[in-house]
Order: sequence, then structure tokens, then C-alpha cells
Amino acid sequence: MFLGLTAELLARIQFAFTVSFHFIFPAFSIGLASFLAVLNALWLWKRDPAYLRLFDYWKTIFAVVFGMGVVSGIVMSYQFGTNWATFSDKAGPVIGPLMGYEVLTAFFLEAGFLGIALFGRKRVGDGLHMFSVAMVAVGTLISATWILAANSWMHTPAGYEIAANGQFVPTDWLAVIFNPSFPYRLVHTVLAAFLTTAFAVGAVGAYHLLRDRENRQARIMFSMAMWMAAIVTPMQIVAGDMHGLNTLEYQPAKVAAMEGHYETQKGAPLILFGIPDDEAETTHYAVGIPYLGSLILTHKLDGEIKGLKAFPKDERPPALIPFITFRIMVGLGLLMLVVGLWSLWARWRKTLYTSTWLQRAAVAMGPSGFVAVLAGWFTTEVGRQPYTVYGVLRTSESLSNVDAQAVGASLIAFIIVYFIVFGAGTFYIFRLMMKAPHGDDGELAQSPTRTAGITPAQQLEAAGGGHGH
Amino acid sequence: MVIDLPTIWAAIIAFAVLAYVVLDGFDLGVGVLFPFFPSTEDRNVMTNSIAPVWDGNETWLVMGGGGLLAVFPLAYATVLPALYIPLILMLLGLIFRGVAFEFRFRTVRWRPVWDWGFSLGSIVAGMMQGIALGALVQGIKIENRQYAGGWWDWLTPFSLLTGVAVVVGYALLGATWLHMKTSGELQANARKLAMFAGVGTIGLIGAVSLWTPFLDAIYFERWFQWPTAFFSAFVPLLVAICAVGLWFGLKNKRDILPFLAALGLFVVSFIGLGISFFPYIVPGALTIHEAAAPDVSLGFLLVGAVVLIPTILAYTGYAYWVFRGKVDPEHGYH
Repeated sequence: MFLGLTAELLARIQFAFTVSFHFIFPAFSIGLASFLAVLNALWLWKRDPAYLRLFDYWKTIFAVVFGMGVVSGIVMSYQFGTNWATFSDKAGPVIGPLMGYEVLTAFFLEAGFLGIALFGRKRVGDGLHMFSVAMVAVGTLISATWILAANSWMHTPAGYEIAANGQFVPTDWLAVIFNPSFPYRLVHTVLAAFLTTAFAVGAVGAYHLLRDRENRQARIMFSMAMWMAAIVTPMQIVAGDMHGLNTLEYQPAKVAAMEGHYETQKGAPLILFGIPDDEAETTHYAVGIPYLGSLILTHKLDGEIKGLKAFPKDERPPALIPFITFRIMVGLGLLMLVVGLWSLWARWRKTLYTSTWLQRAAVAMGPSGFVAVLAGWFTTEVGRQPYTVYGVLRTSESLSNVDAQAVGASLIAFIIVYFIVFGAGTFYIFRLMMKAPHGDDGELAQSPTRTAGITPAQQLEAAGGGHGH
Repeated sequence: MVIDLPTIWAAIIAFAVLAYVVLDGFDLGVGVLFPFFPSTEDRNVMTNSIAPVWDGNETWLVMGGGGLLAVFPLAYATVLPALYIPLILMLLGLIFRGVAFEFRFRTVRWRPVWDWGFSLGSIVAGMMQGIALGALVQGIKIENRQYAGGWWDWLTPFSLLTGVAVVVGYALLGATWLHMKTSGELQANARKLAMFAGVGTIGLIGAVSLWTPFLDAIYFERWFQWPTAFFSAFVPLLVAICAVGLWFGLKNKRDILPFLAALGLFVVSFIGLGISFFPYIVPGALTIHEAAAPDVSLGFLLVGAVVLIPTILAYTGYAYWVFRGKVDPEHGYH
């Protein structure tokens, strides 16, 4: 025991802490890498210096985000072994090769081409530079694919048998990779990363538009971000609904916890607010809409939804955290939809760049993606307790033979270091974002025909609604 | 000796670890040497010389860790808990030095803080890697598929010696790298440091080599009995050749030769370790075959590795080629 906490709980807190911190960075860099690839392609295609300025502007921020993602990610690749040795021994033969492929197909690709993408434009020329930027973007997406295959397998294990020594042994790799929850989780998570980036970029664009309505770079990034918000948010809501139905099929206890349902009922309400209480097996102060719960989950008014009581007590997840975090995620998703639709309306009215209220809302929504991503992650990960490999390997049976002191002391060290280092990093990112995206035109200045920056013609075109961006 | 999947994978993992040690070795070494270069201009050149490649270098560490989980899960599950404290300290050190690349260019007031973070982070990471190696060489207690020792077993005079040896060795790699990538006063300074680090590295390789056979009878047999003694006789000879190359290169101010000689020292030492270890992955406790994942896992990953590792080496080599030559102090990347 360490401060009254068991080694198991401390190890869980440590994993939740390090993975949550880590997840923030890829959630941003997956979207940013693709954004950079699009910006660079637009620069090469249209030779409009605004795109090059935007590329250089976001490139600097990407470098800081990516660096923090790398170092926090290295921690993850060792954390399985230090605290979760039994899990590693047993599940290693299945999830290990998936992570091995992540390293071989994604990490090296990103790292190998990152240097050229960031620093090498003049050394390799436009074509190879574009290729390198694209490889970094592709690498982030490949990485997401493998790690989500591994994570999904832990939620919905398939294609394996258990050997005499207790190890999971793959019998069908395609079934392992394309396990039942993988396609849904992949789509939902990648769209979430794109939305996170869109709202962060939109907030930066809006912030600079509020200060200088004519800043062309700010206009372009705001317009691009709002297109993403308007188009991707509805897609994400559909993907989220399908992911939820998939969860209902394979992890009904998780859905019961998310919904705050203890009793199995037909025509279940959708509980909007309340406080689930696992001891009393009831959700206090529940405010709900009758039948809507069944309608959403079964697409039938009187569909039956299992409550937590339908599962043995030692197979239930704790309900409070998934219940709350699920509502945070969905609430933010609905706000994103509002901003996306609002931007379409403003675009149609040709007030996208002048509507200060829309821009203020976009600034306020800047962190929404990060919060939603973490809330969703907490929902799905707490919701699959008390298992690491769902239904097969319990969390309590996954732990290393560790002392609570060792886990506790390292947890404190991680907390201190992460807050100092990533706190400073976040501060630097904010400072970079506060700088207006004029660009110092280092590379542009060398080509005399392109030094003008904002020409009247471009200004007029941009004022005309920013179509085509 | 049968060439089967576990043996092939042991070779691949060994290659990944060696690649990590020499590649991240020189960029960690640059951090180790930071205190000897107090001027900001020098430090900018030094970090710029490794900025485009350090991330790729560190990926080999993830490959080592992730690869171990994939193909030798039992080794991963026993070695990592045994090395709990040094590994956590190594990770924290790597965090500080990894973010410093970006952070030190983002602030003037706090730059000294991140410079210290870069340097101390590099030293701690190198020291802990050396300690981890020493702890592995001296043995790890395993019972019932779990680590069965205490939390401080890793801390011994021998592991401290290997820790210092790795830091000094990294300093040598870093100094010869700088000697290759820089010019003028910085290069002259690097040459001087490479001399000191070279003498230190060779002395420490000698000390560790003399100590190791007396840790365990197995090592003693390996080193002093036929037929393996035949190979172990070669190792000191190769060390001597590298030492001469290093000395000759530095004396004659050759740009590249000292770095190659320093790499050679690491490769040779690594081969020496391989002779001591094989066929064990955890000496005395766990063989390659006992630790290996089932063939279906080894085969699945090998199919990809055969194609992907040469591809990785090709584009990594290309990235080094793009940033070849001396670093121009006037044109930093930032």
C-alpha cells in the first residue's frame, strides 16, 4: 500500500495518467499532419504564398506537438512491461506483433521523413519535400490503425486460443486485426482527431480574425476549419452512433454504465442527468426522456436494454465515470454541430469573416476536441473494466509483481515531470498560436515576384466568401 | 545450432538494440558534452546537427521495447519489472532531452533551463541504459514466469561501472560526430574531448571486460575455453584496431574516420556481449527459446520485418544523406 492505495489501483492511475497525456498529442498531430499536407499541396498547386505562410506557421506548432507525442509515446511502450508484466506475458503474442507493425510501418516512416518535412524543403526540392510531408501524414494514420487494432482486440478479442502456459495464441490474424469493434473504433477515433485539429485551427483563425479581419492567412485557416467542422461533425455523430450499437452488441455492461441503467427495461428512458450509485444500484436524481434510450440504442421504442443488474457484480464496470464522461463527449459533439451549422449559415450570408459572435464561439470551442477525445477515451476504457482483455483477462490478474511504493513513487515522478514539461510545451504552443500568421516570408523574400503578400486582387477574392478553400 | 524463428528474431532484436545504441548514442553524447560548450551559438550548431535525425534514432528504442513485447514477451515481462527504477529514470531523462530540441528555440529566458534539461536528461538516460545493461549481465531472478527479485537488485558496483562506461562511450560518439559535422573552434574542441573520451571508453571497456568473467562461471567458460575463446580472442584485437583508427583519425584531423572508429568500438563491444549472452536472453535464467512467443506470432511479424527493415534502412540512410556535410552556423533549421 502507498498512501492507502493498492499497487493495482496505482498502476491503473499511472497508466490512465500517462496514456491520457500522450493521447492529447497524437489526437492533434494526426489532424495537423494531414492539414500540413493539404496546405503544402495547395501551395505547390496554386503558388499562392498565403498557403506557404500557413504551412510554415503550423509546421512550427506541429514540431512541438509531435516532439511531445514522441517522448510521451516512448513511455507507453515501456509501461506495459513495468507495471503490467503478466498482461504483457499473456497478451504479448497477440498485441505485440500489432505494435511491432506500428513501429515498422508508421513510427520509422514518420521519424524518417519528419526531418525532411520540417527542415529540408530547400535541400530536396518541392517534389520530394511534398512526398515527405505526405509520408508523415500517412504515417500518423497507419500508426492510428495498428494501435487501434491492438486496443480494439482488448475490447473485443477474436481469432485466438489460450495455450497451456496461459498465453493468448493467435489462430487467425485477420480475425485478430479486424476484430468486431476495430472498424468502428478506427473511424470514430480518426474523425475525432480531425475534428480536434479543425476546432483548434478554427480557434486560432478566429482569434486572429477578431483582431484583424483582413488577415488573409487567418481567413483561409478559419474557412478551412469551419468546412471541416460542418462536414465532419455530422459524419462523426453517425460513426459514434454505430460505434455505440457495436458496443451494445459486444459490451452491453459498458453501455448500461454509460446510460446509468441498473434495471433491465423495455422502452428505457434516455437519462440526461443523474448520479449513478453502484452501491445503491440506482441512478439518483435521474432526469430522463422516456423511450428515447431504447430508440437510440435499439432503434425501436420498446426495445429492451439490459441494466447493470443483469450482470454479476464482479463483472460490472463502475458506472459513475463512463456516465459523466459520455455526457461530456456527446454534449461537446452537439456543440460542434451547432458551430458547424452556424458557419454554413454565415458562409451563405457572406458573414463568415465578419461575424464576431461566430468567431468568439469558435475561440471558445478551441479545446473542445481535446476534451471530447479524452472524455470518450475514459468512457470506453473505464467502461471495459474489470478486464484488460474483455471477458477473458481481469485487470487484477494483469499486474506485475510490483510494490505499491515503486508504482506510487514513479507515478509522482511522472506527474511532476509531465506537468513541468508538457505545461511548458503547451505554453509555447499557445504563444506560437497568439502570433499573427503573417509569416516572416524567409523563403518568399528570395523570389522577387512573390514579395507582395496580400495583393488587392487576392483580398477581393478572399472577401467573396472564401470559396474553394 | 538450428536457425529457427526465435534465433532469427534474437538477431533482429539484437540488431535493433545495436542500431539504437550507436544512433541515439551519438545524439545523447552531444547532450552529455553540452556542459563543455557554454556558448549559445555552439549549442545551436550542436542541436541543429542532430535535430533532423534524433527522432528516427530514438525510434529504434521503441522497436527494441515493442519488438521484445512482440517476440519475447516473457523476457519483456520479467526484465522490465527488474529494471523498474532505471527504466523509469531513463524515460524521464529522455523526455527532458527530447522536448529540449524544440523548447530551447521557443524561449530566451528559459533556454538555460532546457539546455540543462537536455544535458542532464542525456546523461541520466545514458547512465540508466548502462546500468540496465550491467544489471542484465549480472543476472535477474525469475520464478514462475515473473520477476522474483527486489527493487534495488539492479544497483551494484558493477552496474554503476557499466553505467559510467556507457555515458563515457556516448560522449565519445557525440564528440566524434561533432568532429565530423562541425568546423572551426567547435571542431577543435570536439577533437580534444574525443581524445579524453576515447581513452576513457577504452579503459572502461577493459575494466568491464575483466570484471564480467568473474561475475558468473558461464562467462568465464565462454571467454577462456574452446571453442568460444577463439572468438573472444578476436574481440580485444578488434578493439585495438578501432582504438588505433580513432587515435590516427584524430591526430590527422580526419573528419569521418574518428566517428567510424568510435562506432566500431561499440559494434565490437556489442559482439562481445553477444558471445557472453547466447543462447540466453536473460543470462542464466531465460533462453531465447524459453522467452519466445509462439511461432505464429514470430512468423507473422517476420513477414513484414523482412521487407520493412531494409526499406527503413534505405529511407533513413536517405534522410542522413540529405543532411550530410557540415552544419552551417549561419543557417540553422529554426
